[in-house]
Amino acid sequence: MKESRFGSWLALAIGTLYFVIPLISTLEFSLRMKRGEYSLEAYRVVLRDPRFQDSFLYSTTLAVLTIIIGVLLVLPTAYVVRLKLPRLRPIVEFITLLPLVVPPIIIVFGYLRIYNTSSFLPLTASARSTDLLLTFGYVTLALPYMYRSVDTGLRSIDVRTLTEAAESLGAGWFTILFRVILPNVRSAILSGAFLTFAIVIGEFVFASLLNRPAFGPYLQLIGANRAYEPAALAVIAFIVTWACMGLIQLFGRARTARPGS
Amino acid sequence: MAFLELENLTKIFSANAGVRGVNLSIQKGEFISFLGPSGCGKTTTLRMVAGFETPSLGAIRIDGRDVTHLRPNQRKIGMVFQSYALFPNMTVAQNVGFGLKVAGAANSTIAGRVKEMLTMVGLPDHGDRYPYQLSGGQQQRVALARALAVQPALLLLDEPLSALDAKIRISLREEIRRVQRQLDITTIYVTHDQEEALSMSDRIVVMNEGQVEQVGTPFEIYNYPRTRFVASFVGTLNVIKARVIDPASRRISVDGQTIATTSELKGAVAGDMLSFALRPEALRLGESDQADGNRLQGTIEHVDFLGSIIRMRVRFGDNAVSLDCFNSPTSPPPAPGSKVPVSFAPTDLRLLDNG
Repeated sequence: MKESRFGSWLALAIGTLYFVIPLISTLEFSLRMKRGEYSLEAYRVVLRDPRFQDSFLYSTTLAVLTIIIGVLLVLPTAYVVRLKLPRLRPIVEFITLLPLVVPPIIIVFGYLRIYNTSSFLPLTASARSTDLLLTFGYVTLALPYMYRSVDTGLRSIDVRTLTEAAESLGAGWFTILFRVILPNVRSAILSGAFLTFAIVIGEFVFASLLNRPAFGPYLQLIGANRAYEPAALAVIAFIVTWACMGLIQLFGRARTARPGS
Repeated sequence: MAFLELENLTKIFSANAGVRGVNLSIQKGEFISFLGPSGCGKTTTLRMVAGFETPSLGAIRIDGRDVTHLRPNQRKIGMVFQSYALFPNMTVAQNVGFGLKVAGAANSTIAGRVKEMLTMVGLPDHGDRYPYQLSGGQQQRVALARALAVQPALLLLDEPLSALDAKIRISLREEIRRVQRQLDITTIYVTHDQEEALSMSDRIVVMNEGQVEQVGTPFEIYNYPRTRFVASFVGTLNVIKARVIDPASRRISVDGQTIATTSELKGAVAGDMLSFALRPEALRLGESDQADGNRLQGTIEHVDFLGSIIRMRVRFGDNAVSLDCFNSPTSPPPAPGSKVPVSFAPTDLRLLDNG
């Protein structure tokens, strides 16, 4: 018994060290920009860099757009599948899993072939339409996470009876979806939203190949040319991701704290 | 003209399941129960009235208007579900006011109506609470208030008390009936609990295997069951197989003992085997005190002491009956194996239609 517990602790310790040592090293390195002392100089340089601000704002904007489009696409789909077309569920689940199977580079090359300037829908012809294409690409990338989050949320409530109750009280589909169903799966949608945010903030392949000024390509550019700033950026990216994960936990807990919901 | 008419209402799910040819007329203000075992089609019929299921055949008319193909939100019905179906994200007041808000009522109108409804169901101070802060009984009262707030033409209740404990069930069924009478609202109540149906309804529709077996008042259903199914499903029932001796004088033989019935034996000839229903409370242990009373000699097979009631099983041969006696401290029940006479009036022996 004791031996097996020792083995568990050992495995945990090795795993923790495996993850923590590079992080601590990165953090320690990011603080050594000034010779002979620890300082936040690298962070100051990074945060003052207009390219950081622009690329972070750009990615944040696209992340928010991705979340809005993703929710508008996924919530009605998951709702209709659960309520009216349960037989289609395995097919829809398979489709939503495809972005995990097909590498992003294949997807983006597909986009470039279909939506190039000589195609019937030349989305890459201007910066704004390319932003739109990039957002749609992000919606695709986030689909597996968003669909699963929303579907889990729908599973936790009695969708059919709530729908019928609202319908018997005179509500139409729009009211049912946005005033009855959505508020009750809000925490699940927020979980999906934070995951989407974390994915979009760090995404490189789509943004780079579509040549858009996102945070991912900026990270790569700084990483290739500077020493301490990439370490500071890596720590900032980790903090953003962890904040998202923390918020998922927070909202997940809020949901379980209310048995009625 | 009836307020609600179901005309040849049919729903086909598969070869064996569904609802077949339900015809029913319900008057304004009537309280009707659909009673039957699981899978008998009572909930499907209710859901067709509500608009949640589309009939394969037939028509539904509410107050003369054909609603067969209208969406549920166009039918002006109020529905109460077994699982309460309160919106978890809304307070009690918001739940009750939901239908009025959807209809575009003014906030002051909604507030007044919500207060009125919550007072009616005995929860005037619970408006600010969330459903998860209420007990099951309170949640179902809120669900009732919510369904009634929109002043529906028809109130539908789908096994609303099934999820509640026995004590709450009894108090809430009295409450539902009081509110229904107060508002004079036409109501359909689905249940598999015969006691609920008997105690609450103006009329009961007994259903089995997708068809209506009998429609009648609780008194008629209990005392004059028309089919063996109704007789056995509603209350405890003894079914006795008897051979016809003389149809004209209505004399029959039960395991070789001759008795009489007041049921007409039309079309029967001597020697036919028929089924008769006999309620346990109609039987008496001992000799009949009436000159024309029936008497059967049998053997006590089993005795169940139930407190105020003693239930005994008496066998005559192939037939056996259950009979109930009141407990008396001065006369203990006979032991199993004892030979006893059992008596009953000929009027209590009723011929079953599909005997």
